Amino acid sequence: MATDSKAKQASIDLETVRKTARLARLAVDEEHLASYQAHFERLLALVADVTEAPIDDVEPMAHPMDMAQRLRPDAVTEDDQRERLQASAPNAEDGFFLVPRVIE
Amino acid sequence: MSIDQWEAVIGLEIHVQLKTESKIFSGSSTAYGADPNRQASALDLGMPGTLPVLNGEAVRMAVAFGLAIGAQIAPSCVFARKNYFYPDLPKGYQISQYEDPIVAGGSLDIVTDSGARSIRVTRAHLEEDAGKSIHDLFRGHSAIDLNRAGTPLLEVVSEPDMHTPAEAVAYMKAMHTLVRSLDICDGNLQEGSFRCDANVSVRPKGSSKLGTRAEIKNMNSFRFVERAIDHEIHRQVHRLESGQEVVQETRLYDSDKNETRSMRSKEEAEDYRYFPDPDLLPVTVDEVLIDEIRVQMPELPQARRARYENELKLGAEEALQLTDDPELVAYFEATLEAGGKLPPKRVANWILGELQGALNRADLAMEASPVSPTQLADLLGRVEDGTLSGKLGKQVFEALFAGEGEVDAIIEARGLRQISDSSAIEAVIDEVIASSPDQVAQYRGGEAKVFNYFVGQVMKATRGQANPGQVQKTLKEKLDG
Amino acid sequence: MLRESVTRLREGLRNKEYSARELVEASLARIDEQNGKLNALITVTPESALVAADAADRALAAGDAPDLCGIPLVHKDNFCTDGVLTTCGSRMLANFVPAYDATVTRNAASHGAITVGKANMDEFAMGSSSEHGHFGVVRNPWDHERVPGGSSGGSAAAVAAAMVPLATASDTGGSIRQPAAFCGITGMKPSYGRISRYGLVAYASSLDQAGVMGVSAEDCAYLLKAISGFDPLDSTSVQRPVEDYPAELEGALKGLKIGLPKPYWEGLESAVADAVQAQADELVKLGAELVEVEMPNASLAVSTYYLIAQAECSSNLSRYDGVRFGHRCEDPKDLQDLYRRSRGEGFCEETQRRILVGTFALSSGYIDAYYGKAMRARRLISDDFTAAFEHCDLMLSPTAPSAAFKIGEKETDPIAMYLADVNTVAVNLAGLPALSTPGPQVDGLPVGGQLIGPYFSESRLLMVAHQLQQATDWHLQVPEAAA
Repeated sequence: MATDSKAKQASIDLETVRKTARLARLAVDEEHLASYQAHFERLLALVADVTEAPIDDVEPMAHPMDMAQRLRPDAVTEDDQRERLQASAPNAEDGFFLVPRVIE
Repeated sequence: MSIDQWEAVIGLEIHVQLKTESKIFSGSSTAYGADPNRQASALDLGMPGTLPVLNGEAVRMAVAFGLAIGAQIAPSCVFARKNYFYPDLPKGYQISQYEDPIVAGGSLDIVTDSGARSIRVTRAHLEEDAGKSIHDLFRGHSAIDLNRAGTPLLEVVSEPDMHTPAEAVAYMKAMHTLVRSLDICDGNLQEGSFRCDANVSVRPKGSSKLGTRAEIKNMNSFRFVERAIDHEIHRQVHRLESGQEVVQETRLYDSDKNETRSMRSKEEAEDYRYFPDPDLLPVTVDEVLIDEIRVQMPELPQARRARYENELKLGAEEALQLTDDPELVAYFEATLEAGGKLPPKRVANWILGELQGALNRADLAMEASPVSPTQLADLLGRVEDGTLSGKLGKQVFEALFAGEGEVDAIIEARGLRQISDSSAIEAVIDEVIASSPDQVAQYRGGEAKVFNYFVGQVMKATRGQANPGQVQKTLKEKLDG
Repeated sequence: MLRESVTRLREGLRNKEYSARELVEASLARIDEQNGKLNALITVTPESALVAADAADRALAAGDAPDLCGIPLVHKDNFCTDGVLTTCGSRMLANFVPAYDATVTRNAASHGAITVGKANMDEFAMGSSSEHGHFGVVRNPWDHERVPGGSSGGSAAAVAAAMVPLATASDTGGSIRQPAAFCGITGMKPSYGRISRYGLVAYASSLDQAGVMGVSAEDCAYLLKAISGFDPLDSTSVQRPVEDYPAELEGALKGLKIGLPKPYWEGLESAVADAVQAQADELVKLGAELVEVEMPNASLAVSTYYLIAQAECSSNLSRYDGVRFGHRCEDPKDLQDLYRRSRGEGFCEETQRRILVGTFALSSGYIDAYYGKAMRARRLISDDFTAAFEHCDLMLSPTAPSAAFKIGEKETDPIAMYLADVNTVAVNLAGLPALSTPGPQVDGLPVGGQLIGPYFSESRLLMVAHQLQQATDWHLQVPEAAA
């Protein structure tokens, strides 16, 4: 599998780290980028025991609970808390949250 | 090549806002039109520590939809996180379904000028709606309103089974009728309760290879869907015929200019990083629940149409018109129920004719009708029992519509009661015959059409209230006798 | 009186030996005296605490005092407190005041406990040393040059330094048990689902579990009982009655089989292994039987844990985008700039490392090899426990491979820090209950032994720890620096 071969590379180039930082919306300067790259390489080497384990036939376990989702009755239980909830907003006006203009 | 030598391939993704009272994962109201962020709880704002709890009604609605299109209901389905950043997506991820949707398969039948077809549904999954970004309210800023965030959506994805804009619209309309009949969506396109995106590609006729598709968004009416797809087909054909390629992209429909335009390309392709939401557990839908929902399901539009035609003896067109609109259905059924033994065809004709006409003229919706089903049933009862002629009935209807009171009161007040008393009718006829010797001579001399003159005179003398059948019968006896 | 057991404090309050106000004032005074040195608390709430204390005194006088009436405690600062700053140890939330309570804080209050402050922690509970918080390093009361463990280092230090008899904490991969071990107190992480996560700021949702810290198992039993229970606000909360933990502490160990999971005893400092062996020997004296158990997939636990925790954290922390709450950078030039700089400034390096690795582990082309594989390994690790519990009733292991390390010692080597979580992370992957109870000290530093049980065996775990504590005085050692 292609993904397996990727996993085996313990080397991760700077561009991959940079791309991941963009995906995660983190501003990272060049110095930190290099240190994160080094960390990536060490961590990916650490987890190679799992990524290379021959366990593809094992059923994945996403959650410790073997339980079904509980269903809530369809009832309105929340009242308007806008003023309190917006008290810690960085920029709110007329009840809206404001962000720099998004151009579509 | 001309446009006729190309075939379009169209698939639709329809977002159906489910008609629950509260949001899919929080207890906030889903009511439309509140002041910004007044229906956005801590959870809807994605605040730290808040956790989603699934609204059971949303699950039931999705199951009802699945049953209605003959789909498979997953015994267990999973909610996943779709990760991306956007200001109206409060958590930085949308809770949706990815690998395991609640509904898979099924189909919906459509009818167009080119005949009846079945359009396959790939899947339908539950997800939460995003909030709204308003770009023109504050200078230099976009304003975020999260009232809509968390409203339950059923996203219905069709197979690329449609080939013309007309088919796409027919499918969308059939879906619109279905979700309203199931009472799982209010179907309000203007308010965004029922939204449609289209995937469109073209290929030379006869080819089985799919072309590169473009996704068109922002079509908030049936007409726009038709026009946007039509425009997009022409655009793609034009590109291909002039040696250019079609780019896989998202395009927005601009209804003012009737064109689609490319959305500013994102700096890199989104990578949604779907994974199972660890705050939610697998949703199980067992046979007991399915049976419970099945039993409570209303009659579906297609079955109803067949019943109206076969059992109620309505015409095909009448049946179609009625069943296309759940509110018409409700009105029709209520009138039949209130009226006891009224002939269904007469009820249908009055609703589709008089009532709809009057509503259209007054620009009123069905639910705002000033004439209730019970009143209409009373009125038709009076026509049926001969108290009113059809013509008088229409007068009474107008009075009802104008709010002048109940049927019998109107009949009394206006003195519209049909005269069926034979001695009264006879007296009038005798008077007419006596005062029209010339016409009597003509009639008896063989000019049969003079008969209508007598009828007219009798009706005039009774101000239209004489029972027309009786008038004809008695006149004939007297003149021929 | 702050060194007294909760049982004793309950008596003292009910017998009018002291008032709740006096107890809370003593706690606040102790915080005043110690917090400057330890930095265990981010926020202290004297005004509301004294108001609550007076209410507690009225309830005590009226004779309808709830279980923990008048007992001061601190909450880890990742539990939301309505109207009280809740920072998660992060610059991102340095000014965040929730308009809602976590179910844990609400339950503690409804049982009469009085919040005197919010405890320092590693940012967003990511760390094993409490050095990664925006509000500074927490110091170990036993040796101020050493870490208290993490991420619940503030809660552990506050209890160990007798600021409060009880603290709440959270445990995603050992964040209760390891600081409890490093600070010489008792700390318990119950089964996943036992305590509501509502209002507990998420790190890794399938692993996070709230829990308790106190001097003794008995003290922990009181707080656990108060904050446990089904919560309709948490889909992963279990509908299962809460046991009366304090009432079930008496029990015989005779015939109890205690498993020693082999891999958990390897690769440790030998003095640590000896200390926990001493606990095992004591349990044998009390009638328990020791059996060795295999955990064939134990070596996969750290990798599996970090892949899953970081994947989940990368998504959980996406909500901190500078739009609706939390840190926003100055003068963003556009939306992307707002996102990137707000997050770049708001999160510390360790948090960024984890978000990056987690984002990568879920990204297209890599998810099957990283997150996907980890989910499969998780099953194997969980199955190991199921198999082991067929041969034993509980397991005992060292909580951490060493005693508290020096501040700064591992800061430059995050991987080394991760590896030190080797004995605690598997429990979270499986969702099991576990606690750490102090053993004999090593060179004047506390060491903890970890007891692990099957699902919902909290009573049994607390009973065994209590019996061990009744027979020994390891948990009663008091740090000289904080004496």
